[in-house]
Amino acid sequence: MSAPTARTSYKNGANSTYLGMPSFPRAAHAAVRDTTLRANLKHATHTIRDKRAKAVAELGDWADLREAGKQIKDHTLRHLDRYLLQLEEAVTAAGGTVHWAADADEANRIVTDLVKATGEREVVKVKSMATQEIGLNEALEAEGIAAYETDLAELIVQLGEDRPSHILVPAIHRNRGEIREIFTLTMSAWGRPAPDDLTDRPADLAEAARLHLREKFLRAKVGISGANFMVAETGTLVVVESEGNGRMCLTLPETLISVVGIEKVVPTWRDLEVFLQTLPRSSTAERMNPYTSTWTGTTDGDGPRAFHLVLLDNGRTDVLADEVGRQTLRCIRCSACLNVCPVYERAGGHAYGSVYPGPIGAILTPQLRGTASELDASLPFASSLCGACYEVCPVAIDIPEVLVHLREKVADQGGKGHRLEKAAMKASGWVLNHPAALATAERAASLTRKAHPRRLPGAAAWTNTRDLPELPAAPFRDWWKRNRTS
Amino acid sequence: MRVALFVTCVNDAVFPATGIAVVKLLERLGVQVDFPAAQTCCGQPQYNTGYRRDTEPLVGRTAAAFEGYDYVVTPSGSCAAMIRDNYPRIGRLQAKEGRGDDLAGAAASLVPRTYELTEFLLDVLGVTDVGAYFPHTVTYHPSCHGLRMLGLGDRPRKLLEAVKGLELKELPGAEECCGFGGTFAVKNSDVSAAMGQDKLRNARSTGAEVLCGADNSCLMHLGGMLRRQNSPQRALHLAEILASTEEEPLL
Ligand code: SF4
Repeated sequence: MSAPTARTSYKNGANSTYLGMPSFPRAAHAAVRDTTLRANLKHATHTIRDKRAKAVAELGDWADLREAGKQIKDHTLRHLDRYLLQLEEAVTAAGGTVHWAADADEANRIVTDLVKATGEREVVKVKSMATQEIGLNEALEAEGIAAYETDLAELIVQLGEDRPSHILVPAIHRNRGEIREIFTLTMSAWGRPAPDDLTDRPADLAEAARLHLREKFLRAKVGISGANFMVAETGTLVVVESEGNGRMCLTLPETLISVVGIEKVVPTWRDLEVFLQTLPRSSTAERMNPYTSTWTGTTDGDGPRAFHLVLLDNGRTDVLADEVGRQTLRCIRCSACLNVCPVYERAGGHAYGSVYPGPIGAILTPQLRGTASELDASLPFASSLCGACYEVCPVAIDIPEVLVHLREKVADQGGKGHRLEKAAMKASGWVLNHPAALATAERAASLTRKAHPRRLPGAAAWTNTRDLPELPAAPFRDWWKRNRTS
Repeated sequence: MRVALFVTCVNDAVFPATGIAVVKLLERLGVQVDFPAAQTCCGQPQYNTGYRRDTEPLVGRTAAAFEGYDYVVTPSGSCAAMIRDNYPRIGRLQAKEGRGDDLAGAAASLVPRTYELTEFLLDVLGVTDVGAYFPHTVTYHPSCHGLRMLGLGDRPRKLLEAVKGLELKELPGAEECCGFGGTFAVKNSDVSAAMGQDKLRNARSTGAEVLCGADNSCLMHLGGMLRRQNSPQRALHLAEILASTEEEPLL
């Protein structure tokens, strides 16, 4: 079987936007009209949201765990340099090799060279946000190396030449019927074909994926992973997963390469214990996830013989330098914020134009990539600031606070749409700082109210779906003056 | 006890009936309430859209307008939350940027005296039955800032349950945002409208005559949709229901 070519229908370098992506409101405009997508997302997010609430409610000390998680992360980030060096030392002592990558290109080059050095042409992958962020699969493909995703949902996305739309459930936008069709049509081009009589029963779909993937696990000599955590004191990496594909990728190949963001380090196993409680409950609503794999360097006669850790910065130290924004780096990618977000539920993950969708994407992407592009500048505004994300976040990231902070940056940089807005804010600010002028304006509006239409041409964004309120005969302050002052 | 009404700019200009209702309600409960005319807007629209520096004069103005009052009562969860959560933040940033600490001081003085209406009724006055009469079916939408930032909890519900003649209908998905979100309603109007439609579908499913809330900005959005759809349901601020009595019924 030959390696697939040019399969991915999108390319993304880490610091570039998804090419040609429209700004969030325009992408969302199409998504809210896609009734299948809306139904798929509503069903999926509401199911998991309710389950999460139950799983969290079981723990009497949830608030303490959340606070502990926040403090552990903040402490680690404050001393990140120290813990990363400690980690490097421990990984090296355990037989691993540590590489430092400043950006996506450097990380991709390191990994590609490592794979090439093995002489292999294919790799199996454990689901990893970091490798998606840097566009590793595309970089490998450019060098003639096929990367096979082994997580069920990632497989669906890869086979469907699609993009992930959720952190935990990348194919959340697909229903069973669509998945059956993707498997039937595409599996044969990648390896073992789907059975002819494949139904859309979840068990049958999972079995087809299992057989298709098994072939790849048994043959692969190189595995590529990310990690949920890295324990500095022992140099141990941790992957938390549900399907067992991770365990296969981490143990069967001869060479294991892990690409991990520098913010994933925690000082000790004691610290890890907190997150092993909060992560599964927040993400899959399980008390404990089925597979937690930990590995420390290499071990003779057991597992991979070579282990490489690529520590990825790619904008993270810039995030760390921002006093308000740095709390974003506490994120453990549980995706609870996506599942409760009313905007995500209706706009879908693709509208966020990045591998990080939903509330976390709206604050992380503009910090990692900057706000120069129209899409990235629109992300901080993709929220009603309802605060549901902050409420569920297991590391207490005040997402609304960071959103407003980023809005300030976007407004400061000016650009399309913000110049007029700035002038309007200044004008209204002046009026609001002069109560007499405000009263005059209110009275003028009230006096001419009969002439106000219910739809305004310039205000279509409001009046397409909503009537304007009918203005009162007089403002409150006039009533007060007439009725309560002598 | 010196009590000031912070009516908010939206209520002043667009929903004076809510402000009048608060005055009548508080007076009925024996509270003498004042309306300092120097007040305008808390600055929330500016702040939440990214114009923190333009918000600063409004922070100073609002704090000065209410100086000397023991309690500042407002019929808006989101304006109360703006003061409580964001004024200290704005003050901190001003100080950090080396532009003085007057706003931090203003915030420190104003925040502990600021109460959302239902907080003032339950926590300060200690009443749940305000002697209101409203013989209609009502469903209650808890606006996000009151719900999550202020933690109003079941205060509004307790007040509504004590209203004579009122039948409270459970709103499915009550805690989901209605989609207003200030400038979000315009900047992301498609998603905002989709959220509003879902909220109204839930509200209609209760069969209630009235969709009640404690934040007129959300009700302006939902009420505007109800009117556009010629729905028989009407949006109404909680204060107006609580002000309604057998002698002076609202509806
Ligand atoms: S921001 Fe919080 S809730 Fe969202 S994915 Fe990260 S840790 Fe989870």
